[in-house]
Amino acid sequence: MKQPSLLKRFRESRLFWPIVAWVIILLFNVIVEPGFFKLGVIEDPVYGKHLYGNIIDIFNNGAPLMLAAIGMTLVIATGGVDLSVGAVIAISAAMGAVLINPALGNKLITNDILTKNATNTPLPIIVLATLAAGTLCGLWNGMLVSRARIQPMVATLILMVAGRGIAQLITNGQIMTIYYTPYFWFGNGFILGLPVSIYIVALVFGLIWLLVRKTSIGLFIESVGINAKSSYYSGISEKNVKLLAYTVCGLCGAIAGLIYCSYVHSADGNNNGLNYELDAILAVVIGGTLMSGGRFSLLASVIGALVIWTFTVTVYSLGVPANALLAAKAVLVMVVILLNSDFAKKMVNRITERRGSHDKTAN
Amino acid sequence: MEKRREKKRRFSILKQSGQRQGPPMADDQNIVKMQGIGKSFPGVVALEDVDFSLQKGEIHAVMGENGAGKSTLIKVLTGVEQPDKGTIFLDGKLVQVRSPQHSQALGISTVYQEVNLCTNISVAENIMLGREPYRFGSIHWRKMNEVARNALGRLNIDIDVTKPLGNYSVAIQQMVAITRALEVLSTKVLILDEPTSSLDVHETNLLFDVMRKLKSEGIGIIFITHFLDQVYQIADRITVLRNGRLVGTFEASSLPRVELVAKMLGRNLAELNEISKTRSEEEEEADVEHLLMAEGLGLAGVLNPVDLDLDAGEIVGIVGLLGSGRTEMAHLLFGVDTPNNGSLIMDGKKINHFSPSESLKIGIALCPEDRKAEGIVGDLTIRENIILALQARYGWFQFLSKPKQSEIAEKYITALGIVTPSSDQLVKNLSGGNQQKVILARWLATNPKVLILDEPTRGIDVGAKTEIQKLVMQLAEEGKACMFISSEMDEVLRVSDRVAVLRDRKKVAEFSGDVDEKTLIHTMAEEE
Repeated sequence: MKQPSLLKRFRESRLFWPIVAWVIILLFNVIVEPGFFKLGVIEDPVYGKHLYGNIIDIFNNGAPLMLAAIGMTLVIATGGVDLSVGAVIAISAAMGAVLINPALGNKLITNDILTKNATNTPLPIIVLATLAAGTLCGLWNGMLVSRARIQPMVATLILMVAGRGIAQLITNGQIMTIYYTPYFWFGNGFILGLPVSIYIVALVFGLIWLLVRKTSIGLFIESVGINAKSSYYSGISEKNVKLLAYTVCGLCGAIAGLIYCSYVHSADGNNNGLNYELDAILAVVIGGTLMSGGRFSLLASVIGALVIWTFTVTVYSLGVPANALLAAKAVLVMVVILLNSDFAKKMVNRITERRGSHDKTAN
Repeated sequence: MEKRREKKRRFSILKQSGQRQGPPMADDQNIVKMQGIGKSFPGVVALEDVDFSLQKGEIHAVMGENGAGKSTLIKVLTGVEQPDKGTIFLDGKLVQVRSPQHSQALGISTVYQEVNLCTNISVAENIMLGREPYRFGSIHWRKMNEVARNALGRLNIDIDVTKPLGNYSVAIQQMVAITRALEVLSTKVLILDEPTSSLDVHETNLLFDVMRKLKSEGIGIIFITHFLDQVYQIADRITVLRNGRLVGTFEASSLPRVELVAKMLGRNLAELNEISKTRSEEEEEADVEHLLMAEGLGLAGVLNPVDLDLDAGEIVGIVGLLGSGRTEMAHLLFGVDTPNNGSLIMDGKKINHFSPSESLKIGIALCPEDRKAEGIVGDLTIRENIILALQARYGWFQFLSKPKQSEIAEKYITALGIVTPSSDQLVKNLSGGNQQKVILARWLATNPKVLILDEPTRGIDVGAKTEIQKLVMQLAEEGKACMFISSEMDEVLRVSDRVAVLRDRKKVAEFSGDVDEKTLIHTMAEEE
């Protein structure tokens, strides 16, 4: 008796469509490449024994996007949008790289110093500064939106454009390569055979879930997203709710930047986290949160991010050239948005109705 | 004296137009003739069998309270909405106005209170936009400015047309919009939708001069406003709508002001004379300290300074026509808007920081007039809607657990008789009356001392209306101070201990104990 009700509840839950989409993409991969799910154990000279395989890679490399999607969910739920996530990733990455750079504080810079596996800054400081940089960016966005009353798209567009410039200013216009092994742990390390980044995502997800579901913040975010005026009239400090959402989004971007920079061993103001804001928005949309704000699900957004990342990996593995990836992604976006649109719902209704009437006439 | 002169002038205008254009009711004089117009929206009949006609060289005021159907009538005429029933004749020809663009092409233009022109380009460009004169493939600026200047000259306005529109006052901007309507769109029918709401007396007169000028040129003007004075100052005829139906079209000179107000409110003056006074005297209170005291509370351009006291356990009714400042007063008391005049004292303490969250803390609650836009949060459940204000007072980190939320919600669902299968229903699926009760519950959950109810019974069925009235009286008995704002005179009289009357954004009178509907209507209409 319980089984069908559970199934029905799952079908009506907002996790249903993102999971279905993910499973379809995974199945496609298995068909194309039967060994897709194969996991193996490998001995790494630095990090010891750990699992490897396509799924592990998807989780590991998709971590920054999942983090960005978590932050983006809160912002979109308030009825806003944050276009600066990619730039925030770049700024945070640059911040980390510049602090690691052993040249910092040295008067005489030689190639020898630059490529040394060492830094003058303690690791905790590097991490804190990285996170602080992103959080500050989020705070800035939040101030613009909640206090200066600038439309979210315009307000965050400022940082989207300026952010990459700021990132380049931080690294002095250079693509900065880093050589500091302890820092690489965030993007490449393993705990109990699984990538560190998975643990980071889980931790961030857990903390933010507690923040929104075990306090009234989640309710307020949804309320503000559905009807900001009514919320304000109910005594909710709508400004602070928005400020918090953008700040948390900035923090998520910073953590994503940390993992990203650590994974690619460099900071490139122009290309770090490129188009991540768009992927994150798409992930949130796939997760079923309306762009107009309101009800949200963090888990659905994370699965949405996985859908996009798996899709990206799939397209690459099919041998589609990198520069055609955007076109392929555009197709995914189009399908998702069409499926979500009223038009599609009407069409589906009409088809089911027609079938219903057809059945009747047949009888 | 003033009045007599005004009447005389109006008479002479009528005579003038009469001479030039023959008898006013002649059918061929109607530029616009709308017959049997009907329009329904899901759940509401916005217009039912409404006739309307506009003559050449006539200023025709359309009057009515909220929901009367004024705006729908205008939307039908300007093609924003398609009527379900009825026909529209323009210059004697049957037309179907398909879209706002089409209505402009037909010669119907609308000028709104908020001018929809570009303030950062020049006056001339605004007037000529889309019809710029060209020479050698580029805009002939000198000619354009000249044409614009002449066009404005037609309305006796002399301004520098090369300056950005934003440099001029709203009144001038409206004139520019009118000029554009006349010059570029060759308008025959001009609709002025609340054009004077943000104008001062001088600017209003300037606008009226222009309207008279246009009238003498044979243009038909539909004038929508809430200001009774202005209607009598300028309109030839008045059409009154109420609840989507036509009450009637009247010559302005033969309709006394108090009759007009009675018609707008749907009351019959003759009947009112027979209503006996039913209210009992309330015992006088000796102490001067009131729960809530507004002293000279006002906001420039929104509400003239108001004195008002509110005591625990009493209901103060507020009446006034639409635009009289009733909602504005509620907003000031609740802290939605910050007053720039006077003071508000609650429990002996002066309020310095005005905001809804501050009001929530000190125990002032507002059930807003616009339930959908300012009250409910449609996609949240009834439970979440009910605990919203309470949770806002508890803050971010003192989260009411779900069982606790349900307990509170169930308590009020039972207490207020909210009809719903469960507290987990989305509030947008409830009927208007039940939604109103949810908002009431939201505030009652915070245990406020002062409850401001702005049109709590609007748009809900008769049974629910009575229930809400009873509820308010019960709350007052329990010691809450209530302010009951309504456009329905009889319900205000039924529930209130005192009644304050607002007119033209001023408090003009306050009656305690005995007062009858007739007196109130006279006070609202400014006729003793």
